[in-house]
Amino acid sequence: MDFTFLIKALLYVILAPIIGGLLSGTDRLFAARMQGRQGPPIVQPFYDVYKLTHKQTTVVNSIQVLFVTGYLIMTIFTGCLFFAGGDMLLVFFALSMSEVLMVMAAFSTNGPYSIMGAQRELLQMMCYEPMTLLVAIGFYYAQGSFMVSDLILADKPAILQIPGFFIGFVFILIIKLRKSPFDLATSHHMHQEMVKGLTTDLSGSNLAMVEFAEWYDTVLMMGIVGMFFLTASPISRIWAIIACVLVFFLETLIDNIFPRVKYITMLKVTWAVILVFAGTNLLILNVLR
Amino acid sequence: MIIPIQNVLDFLILVPFVMAIVVGLMKKASPLRNAVIMTGGFVIMAAAVYVAVVVLSAGDTSEFMFFEDTAIPDKVVMAGEIFLMGLVCFYSIRYKKYYAIIFSLVGTVPVLWMDLTGRAVEGSTHMRIDTFAAVMYLIVGIVGILICIYASGYMKDYHHHHTDVVDRSNSFLALMFVFLGAMFGLISSDSLSYIYFFWEITSVCSFLMIGYTRTQEAIDNSFRALWMNLLGGCGFAFGLMICNMQYGISNLSELTDSGMEGLIVPVTLFAFAALTKSAQFPFSRWLLGAMVAPTPSSALLHSATMVKIGVYMLIRLSPVMYGTLTGIMITVIGGFTFFAASLLAITVSDGKKVLAYSTISNLGLITACAGTGTTEGVWAAVMLVLFHAVSKSLLFQTVGDIENCMGSRDIEDMHGLIIKLPRLAFIMIIGICGMFMAPFGMLVSKWAALKSFVDSGSVWLVLFLVFGSGSTLFYWAKWLGKICTVIHQSFELEDITPRSELISIVPLTWLIILMCFAFPWMSGHMVQPILDEAFHTNIPDVIGGSDVIIMMIMVAMVFMIPIGSRFLSIGKNSKMTMSYVAGVNAGDDRHYIDSFGKERALYMSNWYMEDYFGEKKLLWPSIYIAAILVAVMLIVVVGGAF
Repeated sequence: MDFTFLIKALLYVILAPIIGGLLSGTDRLFAARMQGRQGPPIVQPFYDVYKLTHKQTTVVNSIQVLFVTGYLIMTIFTGCLFFAGGDMLLVFFALSMSEVLMVMAAFSTNGPYSIMGAQRELLQMMCYEPMTLLVAIGFYYAQGSFMVSDLILADKPAILQIPGFFIGFVFILIIKLRKSPFDLATSHHMHQEMVKGLTTDLSGSNLAMVEFAEWYDTVLMMGIVGMFFLTASPISRIWAIIACVLVFFLETLIDNIFPRVKYITMLKVTWAVILVFAGTNLLILNVLR
Repeated sequence: MIIPIQNVLDFLILVPFVMAIVVGLMKKASPLRNAVIMTGGFVIMAAAVYVAVVVLSAGDTSEFMFFEDTAIPDKVVMAGEIFLMGLVCFYSIRYKKYYAIIFSLVGTVPVLWMDLTGRAVEGSTHMRIDTFAAVMYLIVGIVGILICIYASGYMKDYHHHHTDVVDRSNSFLALMFVFLGAMFGLISSDSLSYIYFFWEITSVCSFLMIGYTRTQEAIDNSFRALWMNLLGGCGFAFGLMICNMQYGISNLSELTDSGMEGLIVPVTLFAFAALTKSAQFPFSRWLLGAMVAPTPSSALLHSATMVKIGVYMLIRLSPVMYGTLTGIMITVIGGFTFFAASLLAITVSDGKKVLAYSTISNLGLITACAGTGTTEGVWAAVMLVLFHAVSKSLLFQTVGDIENCMGSRDIEDMHGLIIKLPRLAFIMIIGICGMFMAPFGMLVSKWAALKSFVDSGSVWLVLFLVFGSGSTLFYWAKWLGKICTVIHQSFELEDITPRSELISIVPLTWLIILMCFAFPWMSGHMVQPILDEAFHTNIPDVIGGSDVIIMMIMVAMVFMIPIGSRFLSIGKNSKMTMSYVAGVNAGDDRHYIDSFGKERALYMSNWYMEDYFGEKKLLWPSIYIAAILVAVMLIVVVGGAF
């Protein structure tokens, strides 16, 4: 752990919420324009969170706050680990730990909507967990290292060797970014059967913390998307950014096209996609190696 | 003062049997019996730790080989085998389960014939303690003894609740000590015929323990355990005979070191025996049935003893299995078991059954690691054995205590445990986190397993592991959620956990936390020497450098967050409210007012998804698939050799 490690981590801590918030605003703008609406200004998410922090916070119990705080801290920690060049597998393990903390926050409330959301969130995790681990393994196959700091110095972009993993990962990003058809746990849209599921019993600054954590999370996910394109040459960074923009746009598009599905459909579809694309890709890589 | 290791070794094998006799004579639960168990237990533990420390710090373990004058012990072993056979025959006739006799005779008589006709090879070293044995000593000595101490208190409460069961707790406790004696014997034996003898003791012991309550279900389950383990024993016996009569090998170390052609046949047979012992599919049903017995026996079978023998054997055989069909089949069976059992674990709500499936699943992972025959695989396997033993015994004991306090071990009834029984809930949370969460031990080993599968190019295993991780996360996290639910207006139940049980539970909890910090040290001082002995090589740290530091930071954070929040009083100023029930709460968050104006109770059950992964749907197909795999392995490897 040298000095640059800390600087990179610090940069992430400062910049990620700004980028994440803007991405969230862009998402809303995209969605509005797709539906023929004007939409909110791009900085609207910042206003929202600012407002949340100034509202009275009501809690259902005191453990809830503990879990939400833990969730925020662990999410930031995960992102730091990634952007500072840490071990990919460890990044994903830390990520699932932070998610579990969020689920526990919902479980602890004993509210029907929260618990329903928590169960669904767990199922969503079960759906995407294989893919996140496989992404790390895919990079290892392609470039021979789990360390992000080594992976970004590759000769060729990883996408050439692991396109199947990329498709799988973009697919599970629908779940990760809480987009329809797989936004079972939170229902970001109208007709809210779930009353915002997971976060139903959170309010005020607690809810603000969750929003904040999700911005960090979005930036982390986009970082991983970019990783597929990064090489040692600086030009690759432009490709990576273009890829991130395209993927983000695609996710919003999918969000607006597809209606929410049942949980079992989600499980079957995601596992099938992971198995078919990432699994086949892994098999081919193994034969070639 | 230096005590010769050989004397300690004799002491460790014999004293548990003496303890068994002493405890067996004390019919009623009394403070005296508890005191005897406690004293005897701690003496055994101290001796085991002493042996382990001496061996681990010696560096060179070749000095701990013992040429015993084996004339008398050999006779004892032979007499013991005949006694075990007689015991099995007696119970089979008594309960009219005659098939068990066949398995017992097939397994024992040929070996006896071989011994009596002098066809057995006279080996040199009968007993040895190497690093792996020392590590196993630590597991059996610490975890196993703690379970015995736990049992002394538990059995009293058990009979308090189960008045319909005849109190034979003396024989139960005696059996537990016999079990430990057999374990010490097995792990320090190098002679295959000795291993076989101790192997059979554990089979019969577990049979007697499972049938403790003598209900019809218990009898059926105990006989299932018996025939499956005796079947494995038959495999072991044939492997032993082939080794002795065809290759002139009498010791396990010769088998793994000789590099002779054709040895894969006995290796396969031993591996087959190991599969039955470790309850891999298709032999998993005996372990699932084993939960009818009182909880200490489950804790003992699942964590420190029975199932660990199987994987112990596989890890020993691991170097020979590298790159062979046997190795591949063993890894596939292990990987498949890991995945299938983790799916099945989602669908059950009985706490002990979830633990049973999770044991099967984790053992599958260990089996798969051992089957790869790579250094990294063995590293991961040994680490998994260590972490699993501690976490699983703690979980079983806690579930047993919860059952004694609440009268149920169903996960649904553990709703709000953190309010009802805070102390046990907290211990339970640590135990569960130890099984799957990020900075804790099991994950370290899973991580290493993943790396070893990737490096050995086992694509199918990688897939089994990643998908299995997903379902593992699901079933543990939903249990964790049930415990963490905070219910308003509910009250703390009386925590009737006796002191003797806390003596066992509290150290185990600390051990889990300690092992999170100690794993780099454990890797260097316990696991690397094992690799050195098995492969005559060392590996670079599987998880090393900055990763270790980051893991430590994570562990520290996990413990800092609760402590920090207490000091910073986060959330203390917030307004308390009830959870959201669409505005129709009826006074608390457990009742709501329905559309007819009536008050209704509200309860959120966990998801079990029985329609998709239920036992009815998945169990038998998994058993058939695995049975085909085992059959293929045996036919191709063993049949192909003749």
